[in-house]
Amino acid sequence: MSAIGTDAIEGFSATRDTARVTRDRLRVGSAVLLLAALVGIPLVANDYWLNAVLIPFLIMSLTALGLNLLMGYAGQASLGTGGFMSVGAYATYNLLLRLPELPLPVSLLLGGVISGLVGIVAGLPSLRIKGFYLVASTLATQFLLEWLFNQYGWFSNYSTSSSISAPRLAIFGHDLSSPTGRYFLTLATVVVVTVVATRLVRSQTGRTWMAIRDMDTAAAVIGVPVSAGKLKAFFVSSLVIGIAGALWAFAYLGTVDARSFNLDRSFQVMFAIIIGGMGSISGNYLGAAFMILLPILLDHVGGGLFGGAIDPGQLENLQKALFGALIVWFLIKEPRGLAALLSRAWTQLAARLGR
Amino acid sequence: MAEPVLQLRDVSLSFKGIKALNALSFNVERGEICALIGPNGAGKSSLLNIINGVYRADSGSITFNGEQFVRIRPARAAHLGVGRTFQHNALFRHLSVLDNVLAGLIRHCRATIVEHAFGIGRDRREAREFNRRVDEIVAFLDLTKHRDKVVATLPYGVQKRVDLARALVGGPSLLLLDEPMAGMNQDEKQEMSGFILETNTRLRTSIVLIEHDMSVVMGLSHHVVVLDYGRKVGDGSPEQVRRNPDVIAAYLGTAH
Repeated sequence: MSAIGTDAIEGFSATRDTARVTRDRLRVGSAVLLLAALVGIPLVANDYWLNAVLIPFLIMSLTALGLNLLMGYAGQASLGTGGFMSVGAYATYNLLLRLPELPLPVSLLLGGVISGLVGIVAGLPSLRIKGFYLVASTLATQFLLEWLFNQYGWFSNYSTSSSISAPRLAIFGHDLSSPTGRYFLTLATVVVVTVVATRLVRSQTGRTWMAIRDMDTAAAVIGVPVSAGKLKAFFVSSLVIGIAGALWAFAYLGTVDARSFNLDRSFQVMFAIIIGGMGSISGNYLGAAFMILLPILLDHVGGGLFGGAIDPGQLENLQKALFGALIVWFLIKEPRGLAALLSRAWTQLAARLGR
Repeated sequence: MAEPVLQLRDVSLSFKGIKALNALSFNVERGEICALIGPNGAGKSSLLNIINGVYRADSGSITFNGEQFVRIRPARAAHLGVGRTFQHNALFRHLSVLDNVLAGLIRHCRATIVEHAFGIGRDRREAREFNRRVDEIVAFLDLTKHRDKVVATLPYGVQKRVDLARALVGGPSLLLLDEPMAGMNQDEKQEMSGFILETNTRLRTSIVLIEHDMSVVMGLSHHVVVLDYGRKVGDGSPEQVRRNPDVIAAYLGTAH
């Protein structure tokens, strides 16, 4: 190749690099701004916003992240999300109850690990079956776990209707029962898990998952450990979902029973990652915001526009129809979800700024 | 003389009673390019699939680098140093060229999932080392300008080269190429032949390849094995094979 040709190519890739650096800076910058905003919010937001909007949004993001590792990165579809959330919630509850000397973060993590181990067992069928049949087997997990926590009182310490209530939430003597305290507990967990998950998907572990997702036969031939990779995906995914379940129970609702983690919840999380973007970390927050905020927005708009002329029940049905239509639209038009739309916008913005 | 890198002895394979391979024996010498030729359905791809463990032979043995086995699993074959490219595109289509080639190093990964998650222990050192090896092979195959592109967006000929890079990055001692030039135009074939030759001479990789284009086969290989209906009908240098009446019969369709 001539020296001129080489220069031209290097020059070309250099401009591409600058554009990419600008885009990455934009993304990192906006993430930092967003984080600062989330930390600062309790100063201005009232308890309603923390309790009814921000805490569920953050926990839904965390749950979506858990499912996304399994479904978006490793390509193993699952409808057991609600079940794994309940394992995390009931396990953490029992740890807090029976081993009160453990600090809260340790109980949360151990609850997640227990959920992860259940996830490995639930993931065993994935070694033999895939696609639709695997979804059916995770569905069985969902129903089995729901039944288990309803049927055996030990898990809920023999409370009525098998419900569990949050013990006192505290870290090193600091009481976290206030909305602000629960909000910060949730936010800190979400930030830590997000950082770890981002590292993981960019490592060879993440590449193992994506190789299995894109072409499992070729992956096996080039020496990718397919079975171990699938089970690790089930473990990490269920671990994250389990932590999210415990937060849902104790930092958001306060009292839950197994029905809080039914099949509807599994579908809700799956819709969040389809809308937000499968195989993307930021997509989880976008999808969760969509799932949590849109209903609230529709409530307000509906209330404002029609002034109660429409029955709230009708409004709820309308919401479901709208979600259904949006999911169909996303699956057809942009299978990679809101995250891909946003990423394109960033690239265009970076190209303009880079000039 | 050095021991052959690969020895096949009486390898047979049948699918539901139909013999795909019939007591096949041949050697691949260390450092040579060995071409497998024969009409469609002769059993060439099946043979590659047996060598790296995708299929299991009904009988016979395979000796690779002095180690004899009857059955090997694909992952084990990869660990022992058998690289493989695919006839039909089998890349990880949503990943970049860089990530596809990095995936070829997953079997060399020693860091555990915990080390990956927290960036501790062997993680960073391994990531640096892997990136260096990928950059080398990517430059070797002239893929540097495509490095960060998603493979599904690349032209077919370039994708075939990415497949080769993914197989090569792990440093295999034997490389199996299943129709590396299928569907390419003359220029692309020439380019690919050049890369295969360089792989053989500079990286000293022994190669078994399946190819239909006779001018490519004759120009590239040191050794040609001809299959027809699962039997070996020719085995020798390109010149010997070209003069072999059985081979001519198999190819020109004279009565068997």
